[in-house]
Amino acid sequence: MALAIDKDGGSHGGEEHQTTTGLPSTKLAMWIFLASECLLFGALITTYVLYRGVSKTGPYPGDVFDIPYTSVSSFVLLASSLTMVMALVAAQKRDVVRMRLWLLTTALLGLTFVGGQVYEFTAFYHEGLSLSTNLFGTTFYVLTGFHGVHVTVGILMLLSLVGMSAADRLPDDAAFPVEMVGLYWHFVDIVWIIIFTVVYLIPTGPDVVR
Amino acid sequence: MADTESRFQEELGAEDLADPREALAPHREHPSAKEYIRIGVILAVLTALEVASYYVDVNTSVLIPTLFGLALVKFVLVVLWFMHLRFDDRRYARFFVMGLALAATLYLIVLISFRAFLV
Repeated sequence: MALAIDKDGGSHGGEEHQTTTGLPSTKLAMWIFLASECLLFGALITTYVLYRGVSKTGPYPGDVFDIPYTSVSSFVLLASSLTMVMALVAAQKRDVVRMRLWLLTTALLGLTFVGGQVYEFTAFYHEGLSLSTNLFGTTFYVLTGFHGVHVTVGILMLLSLVGMSAADRLPDDAAFPVEMVGLYWHFVDIVWIIIFTVVYLIPTGPDVVR
Repeated sequence: MADTESRFQEELGAEDLADPREALAPHREHPSAKEYIRIGVILAVLTALEVASYYVDVNTSVLIPTLFGLALVKFVLVVLWFMHLRFDDRRYARFFVMGLALAATLYLIVLISFRAFLV
C-alpha cells in the first residue's frame, strides 16, 4: 500500500504523518489551490479583455500607462522569484542565516513592487482615472488590485517565515515550508507575466494613444 | 475504506513506494543555484525583449503573437524550474494543468462568444 509521510510545514514542529495519496498533502493542496487561482485570475483577465477599447470617455490606457516604469516593476517581481529559489537552496542546505537573508530580500522586492503599484494607482487617480470613471478603470483596477493583494499576502507569508525562523519555530529542515510559500510566490509572478503582456504591452484598439 | 483508498491511489497513479519517505523527496534532484541564476537571466532577457518589442513599429498581427510567445516561454520556465514541476511528482503537474486547461477553455469560449479579440 502506498503511504507517504507528510511534513506539515512546520506547523506541528515538523511532525510527520501518513497520507493515502503517497504525496505530502500540504503540497498537493497548494497545487490544487493554485489551479483554482487560475480560474480567479482567468475571470479577471477575460473581463479586462472583454471590455478593452470600449470605454466612451477617457482617460484611456495610452493616456496613463508609463511602460518604462511598469517594466522596472516587472523586473523587480521577476528578480524576487530568483531570490525566492535562492532562499530554498539555502534552506535545503540548512543555512538558516542565508535563508533568512534571501527571504527578506524577496519580501523587500515584493514591497517595492507593491509600493510601485500604489504610486501608479495614485498617479492614475490624479490623471482622472478612478474605479468608476470608465470600463477601463473598473477592469484595470480590479485586475491589478487583486494581483497586488496577492503579492501583499505573499509578503506577509515571507515575513512570517522569517519571524518563525527567528523565533526558532521552524523545523531544522525548513525547506518544506519555504518551498510552499515559494510556490505561492512564483504563482503570483506568473500571473504578472500574463497581466504585463495583456494589459500593458498589447496595444488597445482605437482608443489607444501611443 | 481500504478499497476506496486503493482505488483513489490507482486513479491518481500512486506508486507503491518501498520507503514512504521517498514521496517527500523531489522526484528528480532540484536545480542548483547556478541553474536558477541561468533561468533568471533568461527570464530577464525575455522581459527585455518584450519591452523592446513594445517600441518597435510592427503590425499588431506580428506583435501580439510574439508577445504571447515570449510570455508563454517565461510562464513555462517559471513553472517548470522555479516551481519544480519538471522535477517533482507528475501528479502535481496534472492537478495544476487541469485547472489551467479548465480556465483557458472556459474563458476562450467566453471571449469567442462575445467576439472579443485582441487584434
